[in-house]
Amino acid sequence: MNASAAAPSRGSNLDLPRLQEAYHLMQRIRSFEELAVDAQKEGLVLGAIHPSIGQEAVAVGVCAQLREDDLLLSTHRGHGHTLAKGADPLAMMRELFGRQGGTCGGKGGSMHIADFEVGMLGANGVVSANIPIAAGAAHAIKLRDEDRIVACFFGDGAINRGPFLEGLNWAKVFNLPVLFICEDNAFSATTRTSSMTAGAGAAARARSLDIPAEEVDGNDLLEVEAVAKQAVESIRAGGGPRLLHCHTYRMTGHTAADLAAYRPQEEVEERRKTDPIQRVARLLRDAGVAEAELDRLAADARAELEQAYQVAKDSPWPDETQAFADVQDVGDPRERAF
Amino acid sequence: MSKTTYIEAGRRALAEEMTRDPMVWAVGEDLGRGGVFGQYKGLVEQFGPDRISDAPISEACIMGAAVGAAMAGTRPVVEMRFADFALCATDELVNQAAKARYMFGGQARVPLVVRQPMGIWRSSAAQHSQSLEAWYAHIPGLVVVAPSTPADNLGLLKSSIRCDDPVVYLEHKNLWPLEGDVPEGEHLVPLGKADTVREGRDLTIVTWSAQRFTCVEAAEALAQEGVEAEIIDLRTLWPWDRDQVLSSVEKTRRLLVVQEAVSVAGFGAEIAASVAEALHPLLAAPVKRLGAPRVPVSYAPTLENQVRVTAEAIVAAAKSQLTPAAA
Repeated sequence: MNASAAAPSRGSNLDLPRLQEAYHLMQRIRSFEELAVDAQKEGLVLGAIHPSIGQEAVAVGVCAQLREDDLLLSTHRGHGHTLAKGADPLAMMRELFGRQGGTCGGKGGSMHIADFEVGMLGANGVVSANIPIAAGAAHAIKLRDEDRIVACFFGDGAINRGPFLEGLNWAKVFNLPVLFICEDNAFSATTRTSSMTAGAGAAARARSLDIPAEEVDGNDLLEVEAVAKQAVESIRAGGGPRLLHCHTYRMTGHTAADLAAYRPQEEVEERRKTDPIQRVARLLRDAGVAEAELDRLAADARAELEQAYQVAKDSPWPDETQAFADVQDVGDPRERAF
Repeated sequence: MSKTTYIEAGRRALAEEMTRDPMVWAVGEDLGRGGVFGQYKGLVEQFGPDRISDAPISEACIMGAAVGAAMAGTRPVVEMRFADFALCATDELVNQAAKARYMFGGQARVPLVVRQPMGIWRSSAAQHSQSLEAWYAHIPGLVVVAPSTPADNLGLLKSSIRCDDPVVYLEHKNLWPLEGDVPEGEHLVPLGKADTVREGRDLTIVTWSAQRFTCVEAAEALAQEGVEAEIIDLRTLWPWDRDQVLSSVEKTRRLLVVQEAVSVAGFGAEIAASVAEALHPLLAAPVKRLGAPRVPVSYAPTLENQVRVTAEAIVAAAKSQLTPAAA
């Protein structure tokens, strides 16, 4: 992917307020994850977290095309998607800290964040497992004759699991309203995906099933937005599933604890130049937005998330009785040997 | 009451629930032609191909799509064709369906029923004959049902479809043609309630699914010799009817568990252990289990028969419990 700055011709018809809003959202996602990484070092985040630092343009560019009542399925690397769909960062931070008031009451943590109020039907700890679920949610939408759509994010590693093929095939044969987004950050956990993947990748595999697919520079917000917009319009009009293959780069390790020593530092430094947030900042500057305004937006995002961090830190643990709630309607979950 | 087959009772249950609730739909391989055993015969004509939906041979996706469709407001009935094939969809059932409600803090409900035709069916060999109920009883979040009579297949399938949690519904392939009395009107059997098939004072036999009938045959033979066995058909394995089992064993002071599944780590072990823990001082004989040996099911009848629990074996086990020397 050509990761150079956006072409100057785009500057002429920029929707500046919208772009500033997107910049603010990307800064909120970045702040959320940077603070979550800090929190893990302090022992506040107890389980694994998988940051999407460097990948924010994919989440923001796609989710901006969705309505609030559209549905979203995400992955273990899902903070950005969840925030971009409109979830409350405080509830999310509480969930990471395992506290009362977390999106899942402290039962899920980072890998199972869900916010059904905003149509976010869950992150998933099993790679590729969300793809058939997304197809099924879209199937329900079709059966109920609604005009909602489903967006399903997964990584480049997911395309090597069977549910990718099964879910795409399902969505195509039933002509379902689902947008598949392969957020290709180049790594399957700590393995370079290209070394373990035959063929040309997600888009090529989708096209082999007659699912229209586009490859985009996933660090270019405007390109993601434009292609996602077109895809969402087509899907909502009954055109069936589509796939976006977004090339991006994971700036951190697989988890916050992974130093990613398996890749050269020069590669990381080179990719840092294509940081999607800095590219949007350049667009805004070029369009005449003052540096002070950019700083204000970034500072506002950081302040909001720092406050969420503090409030989450001071939130109580879940009541112990909650361990036995929401298991199932019949049977006593406490049943055990006398 | 009218005479109905086990397979027809299941068909009627689904038709009644689909008529009652437009959000109920069924999906699986070959359903448009009535399903591999004819359990869905005529339903596509009645409800159309959207609600009696064919599916690709993609067990994982059938189950995974059902999870998504259930979370998004419908009530799918999933056909797995053979219980053995549902193993292709283990992640979707165990990690997704069973966990979604809990791990999302109660935001999700996954009201799906997964029908898994189970059990030994003559000469179907190792990949079309298994009884895997214990796997599912082990998983928090799942309800596990194994009906044995036409009336129970009607009433339990209807209750399972109305249940807001995922239900593993195990119909025994050998029972499809079995005829029995079935109520004419609305018939619901509550989940978690066992059926005392036969009352008796001398020992309690706990069983489920097709073994119910082998146990009845054995009990009749025992009665000829003056031994009165009480038979309890659990019908639902999770939650199982602990009260009914314990009160029966309190009366008879002897327990024999009979299952078609491999005995080792089978669900019978849970019953045996629970009864031993609760009632040990009362027991007149050690609890006993009968089940299959730990070998795959064979193709040749002479080999296949080696894993079947017979009425003769049940009679012998029952007698051993009544003989003081065995205690």
